[in-house]
Amino acid sequence: MQFFGKTNFKFIEKRKKAFILSGLMILVSGYAIFHKGVNLGIDFTGGTLVQINFSQEIAVGGMRETLSRHELSGATIQKFPNTNVLIIRVKSWDVGPLEIVQKLTSIFQEEFPQNQFTIERNEVVGPVVGEYLKKRGIKSFLFAFLGIIIYVAWRFIGGIWGLAGVTALIHDVFITFGIFTILGKEITLPIVAALLTLAGYSINDTIVVYDRIRENIRLQYKKPLIEVINSSINETLSRTTMTSLTTLLVVLSIFILGGPVIHDFSFAILIGIFIGTYSSIFIASPLVYEWKVKKSR
Amino acid sequence: MVLEVDLNRLPQGTSPGDAMERALEVIRNRVDQFGVAEPLIARQGDRWLVVELPGVKDPERAIELIGKTALLEFKLVNDGIRISEILDSEGKVDPGRIPLGYEVLPGKREALFLVKEESEITGAALTNAKVEIGGQYNMPYVAIDFNKDGAKKFARITEINIERNLAIVLDGRVQSAPVIKSKIPDGHAIIEGNFTMEEAKNLAIVLRAGALPAPVNIIENRTVGPSLGRDSVRAGVVATGIGLICVMLFMVIYYRLSGLVVDLALILNLIILLGMMAYFRATLTLPGIAGIILIIGMSVDANVLIFERIREELRAGKTVRVAIDSGYQKAFRTIIDSNLTTLIAAAFLFQFGTGPVKGFAVTLSLGILISMFTALVVTHMVFDMVLVGKKVEKLSI
Repeated sequence: MQFFGKTNFKFIEKRKKAFILSGLMILVSGYAIFHKGVNLGIDFTGGTLVQINFSQEIAVGGMRETLSRHELSGATIQKFPNTNVLIIRVKSWDVGPLEIVQKLTSIFQEEFPQNQFTIERNEVVGPVVGEYLKKRGIKSFLFAFLGIIIYVAWRFIGGIWGLAGVTALIHDVFITFGIFTILGKEITLPIVAALLTLAGYSINDTIVVYDRIRENIRLQYKKPLIEVINSSINETLSRTTMTSLTTLLVVLSIFILGGPVIHDFSFAILIGIFIGTYSSIFIASPLVYEWKVKKSR
Repeated sequence: MVLEVDLNRLPQGTSPGDAMERALEVIRNRVDQFGVAEPLIARQGDRWLVVELPGVKDPERAIELIGKTALLEFKLVNDGIRISEILDSEGKVDPGRIPLGYEVLPGKREALFLVKEESEITGAALTNAKVEIGGQYNMPYVAIDFNKDGAKKFARITEINIERNLAIVLDGRVQSAPVIKSKIPDGHAIIEGNFTMEEAKNLAIVLRAGALPAPVNIIENRTVGPSLGRDSVRAGVVATGIGLICVMLFMVIYYRLSGLVVDLALILNLIILLGMMAYFRATLTLPGIAGIILIIGMSVDANVLIFERIREELRAGKTVRVAIDSGYQKAFRTIIDSNLTTLIAAAFLFQFGTGPVKGFAVTLSLGILISMFTALVVTHMVFDMVLVGKKVEKLSI
C-alpha cells in the first residue's frame, strides 16, 4: 500500500502564503499570551490543589457558593465530566498550604454530611518553588534550543540549518502555547513536558527533511536549489505522513481514552503533531532556501 | 515533597554544607524507620531537600514526621519566680521582667514556663527512645536512654537539682516539667505529655533519628491517592494498548510482510523499555505512559525511514538484496541525526525537570536509544536471516 507515488508538489513556491499564515498564527498567539494572559497552574504560581471524589452528585455552583462562605472565594473549581470528582485550586498563600486540606475536609463534613468523599490528590507548591519551577522550565527550553542549534550546525556544517530548524520549532511551541492560552487551559508541569516533547518531535521531522536536502544538494549540484529542496520534501513526504499518522493514532487514543488527567497533555502533543509536520515542510525548509538565495545574491 | 532548611536559624559555627548533609542524614533515618519501600531523598540546590515517598498510606503523618525539627532539650525551671510575676497588666509576657539568662517557653494548654536559656543536656546525647505505656494514668510515654557521657551528665544534673523542676523541651515547647525526686544515675528518663499512641510513636522515631540541625519548612508537597493513580494508570495502559494494536495493524496493511518486522521491533522495544524501567524501579506513572506512547511513535518512525528508503531503491530498479542494504545504510545517518536532536531535548528535560517530568525524560531517552538499536540492528538482522541463501526476486514491502 502507498499513499503517495512520485509526487511533485511545489512547496517552496507556496512559502509566501505559509509565512503569512504562520505570521498570523504567531500574532494571534502573541496577542493571547501577552494581552489575555497565560493561565499558569499552581506549579508556577504556588498554591494548593485538592482533588476530591464524592460519593454523590455534587454541583460546582453550590460548591463555589459554599467555599466563598468559608472565605475561600478565590478558589477555582473544576469538575470531571460524568463523575463526582472535583478539583479545587487555591492560589492564595494566606491560608497555610497544608491547612487547606484540613479546612476543606471540615467544610465538607459540615456542609455535606450525607456525601462521603475521599481526597484523591493533593498538591502544595510554595511560591518560592513556583518561581523556581518557572525558571527551570524556561531554562530547559533555552538550553534545549541552544543544544539543538549547536548540534545541527555541527552536523550540517552551517549555522543556518540549526537556526532555521529551531525557528520552526519555536514557532510550533509558541503557537501551541498560544492555542492553550486562547482556550484558557492551564499551563502545568506536564504541559511543559508536552511542549518539550513536541519540540523534539518537530525538530526530528525537520532534520529528516534537511538530511535529504543535504544529500540531494550533493548529488544534484547542477539543479537549481529550489528544485532540489522541492524534490527533497516530496521524497520524504510519504515518510512524514506515515510517521505523523502513526504517532497520531497513539496520541489520539490516549486523548480519547486516556482519562482526564492526561487529556491536556495529549492535546498539546496532538496540536504539536499537526503544527510540527506543517512547519518542517512549509517553514523550516523555505527559511533555509530564503537564506541561501539571499547569500548568493 | 520539597523541604527548605532554614539556614538562617543555624546554630552559630555550623557550616551550611554540613547542616544540609546532616539534615539529609536525619531525614533518611526517619524515613527508614517509618518504613517506606522505595524512598527518594536528595539535595536540590543550596537549601532544598526533595523527599519522595511512594506508597505511603498516611501522608499527613509522614509530613509531620519529616517536618519536625525534634530538638530535645532539658532546661531547669526557675522556681523562684512565679509566671504571674513576669506578666504585664494585659496578661502578656513583659520582656523587661524576665531575669537575665532565662526565657519564657510555651507548654501545653497555654501554660508558660520560665526556664534557663542554656540547656542542661540535649537529645544529641541519646542512644535510644522507645514508647512505653504505664505511669499514673496508663498513658503512652517515651522512654529515653542517654549514652555514657550523657548519663554521667544527667546524673550530676539530677543530683544537684533535687526538688527542682526540670523542663523537657521539644522544638521550643515544654512537654512536661517534672520535679526531680532523686538522682538518676542510669541515664534513663521518660518524657510524658499526654500523648496519644501515635504521637508517642512519632516522637520516639524522631528522637531516635536525631534532631535536624535547623528547622525545615515544607515548600512543596504532592500526594496522589492510590485510587486515582490506579484508575488513571489503567486508563492510560488501555489507551496505549489500543493505540499500539492500531499501529501494528496499520504497519501490516501498509508494509505487508515487512510490516511484521516493524511490529516485532515495536514489541521488542516495549519489552526492553519495561524491563529497564523495572530494573531502575521506576514506577509506571502517567508521564511514564506518555513516554511509552512516544516510543511507539519513534520506533515506528525509524523503521518507516528505512522502509521508505528501501522502496525508493527498489523503484530505482535495484535488486532486493542491494535495496535493503543501501536502504539501511542511507537511513542510518538520518536516524542518528534526528534521534540525537530529540535526545538533546530530553537531556535538558531531565536536567531541569522535577518529579514526574524527570521520569518522563528518562523514559523518553531510554526509548530513543532502544528504538535506535532495534531499528538499525535488530530489524536488519531479521531481514538478513530471512533472506540468507535465498534468491529473492520480490520483497513484500
